[in-house]
Amino acid sequence: MSTAQSLPALAADFPAPQIAYSALSPMVAVFGAALIGVLVEAFAPRRARAGLQLAVALLGLLGGLLAVGLLAGTREVTAVGAVAVDGPALFVQGTVLALGVAAMLLLAERSLESGGGAIVAQAATVPGSADERALVGTDHLQTEVFPLAMLAIGGMLLFPASNDLLLMFVALEVLSLPLYLMCGLARRRRLLSQEAAVKYFLLGAFSSAFFLYGLALLYGYAGTVSLPGIAAATQVTASNDGLLYTGLGLLTVGLLFKISAVPFHSWTPDVYQGAPTPVTALMATGTKVAAFGALLRVYYVAFGAIRWDWRPLLWVIAIATMAVGALLAITQRDVKRMLAYSSVAHAGFILTGVVAATRAGLAGSLFYLLAYGFTTLAAFGILTLVRDADGEATDLSSWAGLGRRSPMVAGAFAILLLALAGIPLTSGFTGKFAVFSAAADAGAAGLVVVAVVCSAIAAFFYVRVIVLMFFNEPAADGPTVAIPGAFTSAALALGVAVTVVLGVFPSPLLKLADQAALFIR
Amino acid sequence: MSVTASSALLVQGAGPQYVNATGLFTLSWVLIALPLLSAAVLLLTGRRANAWGHLLGCASVLCSFVLGLAMLFAMLGRSGPDRLIDQHLFSWIPAGSFQVEAGLLLDPLSMTFVLLITGVGGMIHIYSIGYMAHDPERRRFFGELNLFVAAMLLLVLGDSFLTLYVGWEGVGLASYLLIGFWSYKPTAATAAKKAFLVNRVGDVGLSLAIMLMFATFGTTSFAGVFSGADRMMAATATGIGLLLLLGACGKSAQFPLQSWLLDAMEGPTPVSALIHAATMVTAGVYLIARSNPIFDVSPNARLGVTIVGAVTLLFGATIGCAYDDIKKVLASSTMSQVGYMILAVGIGPGVYALGIVQLVCHGFFKATMFLGAGSVMHATKDNVNMRHYGGLRRLMPITFLTFTAGYLAIIGFPFFSGFYSKDKIIEAAFDKGGTSGLVLGSAALLGAGVTAYYMTRLMAMTFFGRPRWEEGVTPNESPRSMTMPMIVLGIGAVFAGALLTFVGDGLAGFLTPSLGPAEKGSPPVISASGQTLLILAVATVGAVIAYLQFGRRSVPDTARQDVPVVVTAARQALYGDAVNEAVFMRPGQYTTRALVFFDNFGVDGAVRGLAALVGGSSGRLRRVQTGFVRSYALLMFGGAALVVIGLTLAYAI
Repeated sequence: MSTAQSLPALAADFPAPQIAYSALSPMVAVFGAALIGVLVEAFAPRRARAGLQLAVALLGLLGGLLAVGLLAGTREVTAVGAVAVDGPALFVQGTVLALGVAAMLLLAERSLESGGGAIVAQAATVPGSADERALVGTDHLQTEVFPLAMLAIGGMLLFPASNDLLLMFVALEVLSLPLYLMCGLARRRRLLSQEAAVKYFLLGAFSSAFFLYGLALLYGYAGTVSLPGIAAATQVTASNDGLLYTGLGLLTVGLLFKISAVPFHSWTPDVYQGAPTPVTALMATGTKVAAFGALLRVYYVAFGAIRWDWRPLLWVIAIATMAVGALLAITQRDVKRMLAYSSVAHAGFILTGVVAATRAGLAGSLFYLLAYGFTTLAAFGILTLVRDADGEATDLSSWAGLGRRSPMVAGAFAILLLALAGIPLTSGFTGKFAVFSAAADAGAAGLVVVAVVCSAIAAFFYVRVIVLMFFNEPAADGPTVAIPGAFTSAALALGVAVTVVLGVFPSPLLKLADQAALFIR
Repeated sequence: MSVTASSALLVQGAGPQYVNATGLFTLSWVLIALPLLSAAVLLLTGRRANAWGHLLGCASVLCSFVLGLAMLFAMLGRSGPDRLIDQHLFSWIPAGSFQVEAGLLLDPLSMTFVLLITGVGGMIHIYSIGYMAHDPERRRFFGELNLFVAAMLLLVLGDSFLTLYVGWEGVGLASYLLIGFWSYKPTAATAAKKAFLVNRVGDVGLSLAIMLMFATFGTTSFAGVFSGADRMMAATATGIGLLLLLGACGKSAQFPLQSWLLDAMEGPTPVSALIHAATMVTAGVYLIARSNPIFDVSPNARLGVTIVGAVTLLFGATIGCAYDDIKKVLASSTMSQVGYMILAVGIGPGVYALGIVQLVCHGFFKATMFLGAGSVMHATKDNVNMRHYGGLRRLMPITFLTFTAGYLAIIGFPFFSGFYSKDKIIEAAFDKGGTSGLVLGSAALLGAGVTAYYMTRLMAMTFFGRPRWEEGVTPNESPRSMTMPMIVLGIGAVFAGALLTFVGDGLAGFLTPSLGPAEKGSPPVISASGQTLLILAVATVGAVIAYLQFGRRSVPDTARQDVPVVVTAARQALYGDAVNEAVFMRPGQYTTRALVFFDNFGVDGAVRGLAALVGGSSGRLRRVQTGFVRSYALLMFGGAALVVIGLTLAYAI
C-alpha cells in the first residue's frame, strides 16, 4: 500500500523529460535506420537483404547528414541536460556521418571477392570446417553487419554530444559493442579476425571499467555526472581533490583507449590487422573522430578550469603517442599494420591541438579530424583492392612496383600517403599546420618541436611506400589490383577529393571549423 | 624597380628631381625590348633562323641605336633639369607595404651609354657577320650578343639599384656564355667559369650595398636613395660606397678582382671588343658615376676608389708590357684604361664627367684595336702570338691604318681622342692637390708613359719589322663587313675626343644634370699647358724606348728568359692568379675538404646514427607488442597508474 501511495508523489518529483527531438534528429535517423535494419534482417528474404540493408543504411546516414546540415548553428542542451547539440557536436557528427557513408560503401562492395566481399558468409561456422568450405564461394553474407555498423555509428553520434558522463558511458558501449562483433566477421583469415575481436572486446571492456570507475569517483567529488555540474564543482570545491584527479585520470584512460593513445594503443595494430578492412576503416576513422569529440568535450567543458593540471599529462601522452606511433610504423612489414601505427601517431598529432586548450586548438583539432578521417578511410579502401590468391596482399614487399602496373591506384595511394605525411597542398599539411600553430600560440612550443620531429620520422615510412611503388621493380608473383566496383570507387574518389581539396582550398572548411569551435556549457 | 616600404623613412629634399616621360621618351622600353626580342627569336627558333639570324641580330641593335639617336635629339631640345626623364613601367611586386616598381630612367648619363652600347655594339655586330662567317653556331652567337646588349641597356636604363642589379647579372650571364662560346675548348670553358666566379665576389658587394640602402632609406630607387644621401651617417655612406666599389671591381676587372679579364680573351674577338673592352667592363664606372650623390658625401669611399683606380692603371699597364699574346696585351690595356676612369670618378665632384668622357673615347679606340687584332688573327689563322706577326702593314693597310688611329688615341697623341680624355684625368689628379693629388697624378702620369711603351711595342711587333709568320700563313686584308666597322670606329677614335670636348658644352656639359657641374679644384700646381707638355714628354719617352727595343732590333721567336725579376713577374700577370690561388683557392679547397670530412663523419654519421637509433628503438619497442592480451592489459594498467599518479603529482606540485 505504501508503495502505491507514494507513486503519485514520485511522479510529481520526476517529471517526464523534455526532449527536443529535432535537435536529436541525426541520431534518430541513424538509430531508426539501424532498427529498421534489424527488422529487414528478420523479415526480408535472404537474397534481397544485402541490397535492402545498404539502401536503409545509406538513407539513414544521408538523412542524418541532412539533419546535421539543417541543425547547423544550433546550440542547445536537451534531454534533461544529458545531450548538448552545439558546434563541435554537430561538426563531429557530420564528419562521422560522411565517413560512415564511405565506410558503408566499402562494406557493401561485393565485386572484389567471388560472391561475398570482405564480410564472412556465415559467422557461426567454425573456421576451417566443412560448413565454412561449403559457403565460401557462395553469395551468402552475414548482412547483420549493416545494422551493427549503423548502431555503432549511432553511438559515435551520441558520444561527442553527451553532456553527461553517464550518457557518455552508454554511448561508449553502444558504439563499442557492435564494433567488437564486426571485428570478427572477416571472410578470409577468420581465426585472426576472431582473435582480434576477442582482444578488442577484452581490452575494451577493461578500459570501460576504468571509465566507469572514474565516473563514479567524479560523482563522489562533484555530486553530479553532468559535465557543466563538474565544471561548476571544480570552480568552487576546494576539498576532495584526490577524488577529482583520480577520477579524471581513470576517465582519461577510457577515452584515450578509444583514440588509441600510448600506452593504451597496444590493441590497435592487432585489431586493425585482423578486422575486415572496411570495418578497420570505420574504426580507424569514425571511432577516433567520435572519441576525440567526446575527449574534447570532457576536457574543455568539465575540466576547462583546471586545464593547468591536465595539460602536462596530455603533453606527455601526446609526445609518447606521436613518438611510439611513428617509431613503430617504421619497422612494419605489413601495410595494414603500418596504417594502424600511423593512426596512433595521428592521435598524438591531434592531441597537440587538444593540449592547446584554446578555441584555435579546438577548431584545428576538428579540421584535423575531418581531414585525417577521409584520408585514412580512402587509404584502407585502397588496401581492399590490392589482392592475391589469399585475399588482400598487405605485405609491403608485394607492393613493389605497383605504380608500374596500376598507376591510378598507386597514384591515389601516393596522394593519400603524402597527406598523411603532411606534405603541402594536401589536407594533412593544413591540418597539421592548424593544430601545431594553435599549440604554439598556446605556449606549447616544445611540444610542437617534438611533433614536427615525429612528423619527419613518420614521413619516412609513408614516402618509403611511395618509393617502393614507383621506383622498384614489380615482384614476379606480385598481387593483382582488382578493378574497384562502383561503391569502392565512390568511396575512394570521395576520400581523395577531400584530401586534395582541403589541401588546396582549405579556407572554407577552416572557417566552418572555427565557427563551430564553441562548446555550449 | 624601386622598393619602398611605407614604414621606412622617405626623405624629400636634395637630390635629382625626375620628370615623367612623355612623347618619344615613353618608348624607352623599346630600346631594351628590340635586342631582347631578337635574342629570344634567335635562341629559340633554332637552326631555321641560321640563314637570316645574323641580319636580325644586327638590325635589332641598329634600330635601338636609331631610336636612341632620336631620343638624344629630343633630349637636346629640353632644358637641363628636364633632361632627367623617368618612366614608370609597372608594379612588379605590389605586396602590401612592400612595393617593387619597375621603371626606366633616361638622363644624359644613360643616354650616353645607350648610344655607346648600341652604336659601338652595332658596329661590332656587323663585324661579327664576317668574323663568325665560318662558325656553324653563328646564330647562337648573335642571339647571345643581343642578350648582352639588352641586359646592358637594362643596366644603364633602370631607375633603381634593383633594376640595375638585374641588368648587372644579365650582362654577367651573357659574358659567361660568350667567353665560353667555344666551350669545347677546355681553356674557354675554364675562363668562362673563372669570370663568373670572380664576378660573383663583386656581385655580393653590390647586393650587400643594395640591402644596406634598403635598410637605410627603405627604398632602392635612385630618386629615393639620392634624395636622402646627404642626410645619412658618414659611416653608412662609406659602407655603401665601398660595397659599390667592390661590385665595380668585379665587373670592371679592377684590382684585386682583375684576374678574370685576361682569361676572358678566350672568347671570340668581337666579344672581347664589345663586352670586355667597350661596354661591360665600364659598368663599374657607370655604377660609381651614377651613385655620385653617395660618393659626394663620403671622402673615404672616394679615396678607396682612387686608390683602386691608380693601382689598377699601373698594374694593367705593367703586365701589358710583358705579354706576347696580342689580345692579352689589349686586355691588360683595358684594365689600365678603366683604371683611369675609376680614378676619375673617384676624384669626385666635378670630375665624374671626365671619367665618362674617357669611357666613351676608350669605347671607340679600344674597340677599334680589338677589331684590328681580330682582323690580324683572321689573317694569321687565329694566331695570337705577336712574335709570329711582323710586317703586316703593307698586306693589311686598312687594319693598319685604323689600328694606328686607335694607337695614337690611346697614347694621347695630340688632337686624337685620348689627348682630350686621358690627359684631363691626369691633370685632374694633380689638381686634386695635397699629397694624394701628387701621388695619384704621378701614378697616372707614369701609367701614360708605360701605356705608350707597351702600345708601341705591340705596333712594332705586329705591323713593322720583317715577317715572322708561321708556315702556310698568307695574310690578307679582311672582308668588307669587317673593315667597314673598323673604319667607322677608327674615325671615332680619331675625332671622338675633340667632338666630345668642343661641340656645344661638350659631353661634360651635357652630363651636368646627371653628374653635377664641372668644378675647378685648387689652382693647378703646374699650369695646364705645362702639364700637357709633361704628359707628352713622358709618353714620348715610353714610345721611344719601345721603338728602340722592338722596332730597331729583330724580334726573337721566343721570349728571352734571362730577364729582370720585374719582367718575369709581369709575364705572370704580377702573380694575380698565384695570389688568388694562395689566398682564396687553397683555403677554399682546404675548407671544402674539411667540410667533406665533417659531412662524411659528422653530418652523415649523425644521420646514419639517427637512422640506426630510430630503427633500433623501433625494433626494441616492437617487442612490447607481444600479441598477448594479458601483456596489453598489464601495459594499460601500468599506464593508468602513471596517468593517475601523474595527475595527482601535477596537482600536488
